[in-house]
Order: sequence, then C-alpha cells, then structure tokens
Amino acid sequence: MKRTARVAGPVLIVVWTLVPLLWLLSLSLKGGDHIDDGRFWPVAPTLRNYRTVFRTDLFTSALRNSIGISLIATVLSVTLATLAAYAIARLDFPGKKWMLSVALAIAMFPTISLVGPLFDIWRTVGLYDTWPGLVIPYLSFTLPLSIWTLAAFFREIPWEMEQAAQVDGATPWQAFRKVIVPLAAPGVFTAAILTFFFAWNDFVFGISLTSTNRARTVPAALAFFTGASQFEQPTAAIAAAAVVVTIPVVAIVLAFQRRIVAGLTSGAVKG
Amino acid sequence: MGPARRGGERQWAERRLGWMLCAPALAVMVGVTAYPLVQAVWLSLYSYRITDPAGRRFVGLRNYGVVLTDHLWWSDVATTVLITVITVAVELVIGFAFASVMHRIVFGRRVVRTAVLVPYGIITVVAAFAWRYAFALDTGFVDHAFGLGHFAWFGQRTSALFVIILAEIWKTTPFMSLLLLAGLAQVPGELLEAAEVDGATKAQRLFRVTLPNMKAAIMVALLFRTLDAYRIFDTVFVTTQGAAGTETVSFLAYRQTITRTALGLGSAVSVLLFVSVVLIAVVFVKGFGVDLARARGER
Repeated sequence: MKRTARVAGPVLIVVWTLVPLLWLLSLSLKGGDHIDDGRFWPVAPTLRNYRTVFRTDLFTSALRNSIGISLIATVLSVTLATLAAYAIARLDFPGKKWMLSVALAIAMFPTISLVGPLFDIWRTVGLYDTWPGLVIPYLSFTLPLSIWTLAAFFREIPWEMEQAAQVDGATPWQAFRKVIVPLAAPGVFTAAILTFFFAWNDFVFGISLTSTNRARTVPAALAFFTGASQFEQPTAAIAAAAVVVTIPVVAIVLAFQRRIVAGLTSGAVKG
Repeated sequence: MGPARRGGERQWAERRLGWMLCAPALAVMVGVTAYPLVQAVWLSLYSYRITDPAGRRFVGLRNYGVVLTDHLWWSDVATTVLITVITVAVELVIGFAFASVMHRIVFGRRVVRTAVLVPYGIITVVAAFAWRYAFALDTGFVDHAFGLGHFAWFGQRTSALFVIILAEIWKTTPFMSLLLLAGLAQVPGELLEAAEVDGATKAQRLFRVTLPNMKAAIMVALLFRTLDAYRIFDTVFVTTQGAAGTETVSFLAYRQTITRTALGLGSAVSVLLFVSVVLIAVVFVKGFGVDLARARGER
C-alpha cells in the first residue's frame, strides 16, 4: 500500500498539471464540425487551425511584439538588477535595506491601480501603443524579483577567488571574466528566465496601453481574437494560438527546471 | 597615509559606488509606480472623462463617496475576498501535499518538478481560455464527461466562481508548493526522528513538528499568494468578463478607467484597491509577524 501511495502522488501531480494542456492541444486539432462534439480527444485531427492562426495578421504581429518586448525588457531588467544586486550583496552602504524594502513593496503593488494614470501619461508623452510603452512598466515590475534572486545568489559566490586568481598572475579583467562571470552566470540566467515569464504573461498592461498591431502582445491579442471570419467561432483558432505561445514556456521549463526552482525559492525562504 | 584615513576614503568610495549601482533600478521602479500613484490620487479628486476633457472639474472626495456608497463596490469586494480566501486556503492544502510528494520523491523527481513548473510559466490568459472552453456549453467536455447534460457553468454566480477559482488554483498552486518545499527542506530531520522514536503519531509529527518548524515559509507563501489572488484580473476577464456577479475589484477599476474612460471615478477605485492591498500587507506583517527580512534571505 505504501508503494502505491509513493507512485500515486507523483502521477496525480503530473495528471493535474497536464490535463488542461492536453485539452488545449486537442481543441486546437479539432476541425470546424467537431469543435462542439463534447469529446476530450479530437476525432479527426487537423492542422487547419494552425494555418489560420499563422495567416492572421493580428496573431503574427502580436507574436512579434511579444517576443521583441519581452526580450528587451528581460535584457534591460537583468542588467539593472545585476548592478543593484552586486551592490547589495558586496558593498556596505546606508540605504541598502531601504532599497530591498522598496523592491518588496513594488512587487506587491496592484498593477491595475497604475493603469489609469499610465494610460493618461502615455497618451500625452507619445508612449501609448508603442514598444517602450510596455517595456518600461515591465522593467519596474520585474526588477524586484530579479534583485532579490540575484542578491541572494551573489551572497553565495566565493568572491575571494577573484583575488586568488590575481595572486596567481591573472589580470583583473581575466580574473573577472574567467572566475566571476562563470560563477555569476547561472544566477543572472535564472533572473532572466523569471523576468521573461513575467513579461510574456502580462495581460493588464498589454490590453490597457496598446490599441493596434503596433504593440499589442499575445495575451491581449488572444482576448480580442475573432478568427478567420467574423461568422466563425474563434475557439479552435484561439486554442491553436494558445498552444503556439505555450511551446516556448514548456521548452524553457524542460531545459532549465532546476534553475527556475532555485530562483523561485532562493529569495523567498532562507533560514 | 594612516590606515584609518585610507579606510575612511575607501568607505566613502564604497558608499558612492553602492548608490550609483542602485540608482538606475531604483529610478525605474519608483518612477513608474510613485508618479502614477500620485497622479491617480490627483485624478481621483476630479470628475474627468477622457471623452469630455472640457468638462473636467474638481469634486474633492466626492468620487470616493460615490464608490463607497455604491452597492456594486461592496459586492465586488465581497467577490474578491471570497475568491482570495477559497483560492489561498485550497492552495495551501494542495500545495503542501505537492511539496510533501516532491520532498520524498525518489524516482521521477525531474519529471514531477518540470510538470509542476508548467502551470507556473504558462500565460494566465491561456490557462483561463483552457478552463473556459472546458466548461463552455458549446465546446466543453466537462458536462459530457460528468453526464451533466447542458449545465451552463457561466450562467450563475456560484458555478462561474467555481470555474474561476479552479483556474486560479491550477495556475498558482505550483508557486505555493515550491515555496513550501523550500520550507520543508528546513525542518530538521533529527527532530522528526526523535518524535518518531518517542512514539508520536503521523498527525502529531505533522502538526507538532513539521508545520511549526516551517511557519516562516508558510506565512511568506500565504502573504505573496493572498496579495496576488486579491489582484485577480486576467482569469475573470477571459472567463466571464465580470458577468453573473463575478466582477472583482481589479476588474471594476479596469472597467471604469479604460472601458468607460471615467478616469476620475476609476482612479478613486484604483486608489481604494491600492489601500486595501497595503492593509492586507500590514495585517500580515504586523498581525501575524511575517518576517520579511527573513523572506529576503538576510538572516
């Protein structure tokens, strides 16, 4: 009985997490006639919906916007966070605690409270419906998580090794590049993944601060998607689009499972 | 040059470097939140619709009076609190079960951890669509699979809220379970062994040893998830658009500012939302003594 329990637990977890995904996949493979047959699995699987989705300008431009905006936000956020986290982990200066508290407060901020004023400000300064108009809010809301993750990570790095390398005849640049960068890279990378997930996932700013294909991101576009024709149900097409944008997430999770777990838990609990 | 003076200079240089390195991040974080927040407070004192800029006029606190005496505000608050309490409570139980399984697992550790991260990483809107279509009258399989005939899940409050809460729990339990897993890892093994030797039952070991020793992790997980659940927006937008009595506070703020473009009234709702989030945080930190320094890994 104990053995069944040991197998049942993990199996239940995997089933619980995968059923909604399989359902989405199956829905995306259903043809127009079978979309409301009430079955879980598709009777006659077809890739037609994927063709529809990739021929829809709303989706392809949203995909482009999402990838571009998320990547830019990730690179900028991780760069700024690395500077701040290095200072917090390595240097002694007044205001250090305060900096961490500000980051914490911002992580708890209800983003929707800012949407009205940002909408008003962005329209005035010309950032409404542009890439920077989304990159900037993504930056400020991903910085807290990046800073904690990186600060926790940098505290664990044996910085003395840099000096040791210099004693052994390495130049400061070599010591930094060959010793410190490899040690710090996993942490920076973890922060980048978490930041990318946030930007990729955002919906509130996406629908409020954009209005056209110029900057509308995937989550926002999905909510406004109407399908190939106005008279056709967009369900299967939305499912196909949803599967497409889930592929990168699954790929990242498969490749970097261990780092994501470390990143999510390092800043959160440490005895 | 005496070592003391050199030390002073060094210290000063270190401080300056510290501030310089933190300044860009701080500027972006505060610039995008503080200024718009002040703007929101300012706008909330006006009667102002974007479609009628000329009609903008100062009304003082009247917008707050309008919101707080409106029955819609209070029913939205009740809905939001209901969703938050049920979601977080169920997640704590399921998340703890997941964490225990992951803590003890020997085979398939990688597979389970990867599976658990998928809901965490997936776009909330995508997850909400999956659940909406699963329960929908036309495309759904749930009614079919459970022999419910043609039950309209989104037609009434209770069942619509059930689907919304289920979607939220599915999406965010992984985050909870990973935080709890980190907490479980800190429970000293010797304590559990000692308790077992002394003849403590399984339940006693759980409630007397394991849970008290991971209190910090539990409280931090609860705080983060409560604040997050209280801001629920995406799932409601996709599943019901706030119909059938499922509107939440965030959705009301969005509807007033963006859909109705009533920036004055909408800002009042936004400010009230912000205040309630601060209140929740204060209750957790002061009332339950959540140690945030510990949460940041400083101690």
